[in-house]
Amino acid sequence: MTVAARMPDEAAHRVDVRIQAHDFDSAAEIAALTAGRADIGAVVTFTGLCRDEGGRLAALELEHYPGMAERAIRAIATEAVARFSLQGILAIHRHGKIAPGGNIVLVVAAAPHRQAAFDGAAFLMDYLKTDAPFWKKEHLKDGGTGEWVSAKDADDAAKARWTSAQ
Amino acid sequence: MSVRLVYFAWVRERIGKGSEEIDLPPEVKTVGELIAHLATLGEEYEAALQVPGVIRAALDEEHADHDEPIGGAREIALFPPMTGG
Repeated sequence: MTVAARMPDEAAHRVDVRIQAHDFDSAAEIAALTAGRADIGAVVTFTGLCRDEGGRLAALELEHYPGMAERAIRAIATEAVARFSLQGILAIHRHGKIAPGGNIVLVVAAAPHRQAAFDGAAFLMDYLKTDAPFWKKEHLKDGGTGEWVSAKDADDAAKARWTSAQ
Repeated sequence: MSVRLVYFAWVRERIGKGSEEIDLPPEVKTVGELIAHLATLGEEYEAALQVPGVIRAALDEEHADHDEPIGGAREIALFPPMTGG
């Protein structure tokens, strides 16, 4: 049984997950998560952006499985809260067409001390990469439709470190 | 038993539709058996499912291995390895 499954209510109310087409404002989200609180000592944020892959890409199109996308990220985030005693965690993942330079994903993790906040954000991203149902398709600058992005072995390895290093 | 199948990314593109309802043959008990059954339904399905080992599945929005029984699942999703983030 996972840590989160033993304390579902306590962990769940510290989790905020949003799947949306529109952009997000990282600074506003940090401010909202920490507003009115004097107990948070560390906030770590991760922002994933769309690369142009050496000038080749016009956009990435992100397809997702509605329902399961939110459910999967919420389960990972709830586990992160329980495992690292986070005070709060926010994950926003966008879908649709995103141009190079645009935001794809935001994670904000809050904890009393820095290591838990760093670990919580990294844990969530490592599991999100392999377990959250999103797929990227390339749109090329020359007007063509490119390939579906392939999953990377490095992403599986990144996730595996959380189960082998205990 | 009738189930709803949903497909994503290149699995969806190769099959040529995002979802469909099918009647499961009684001998199809697991996710792996469903994939093998679908691959016999035509060249689009064969093209999508020709390498069963790379196909990921979810039963009612929960990840499922190929040997997992379908049980009473209402919605079965088939898709490539995920590339979000």
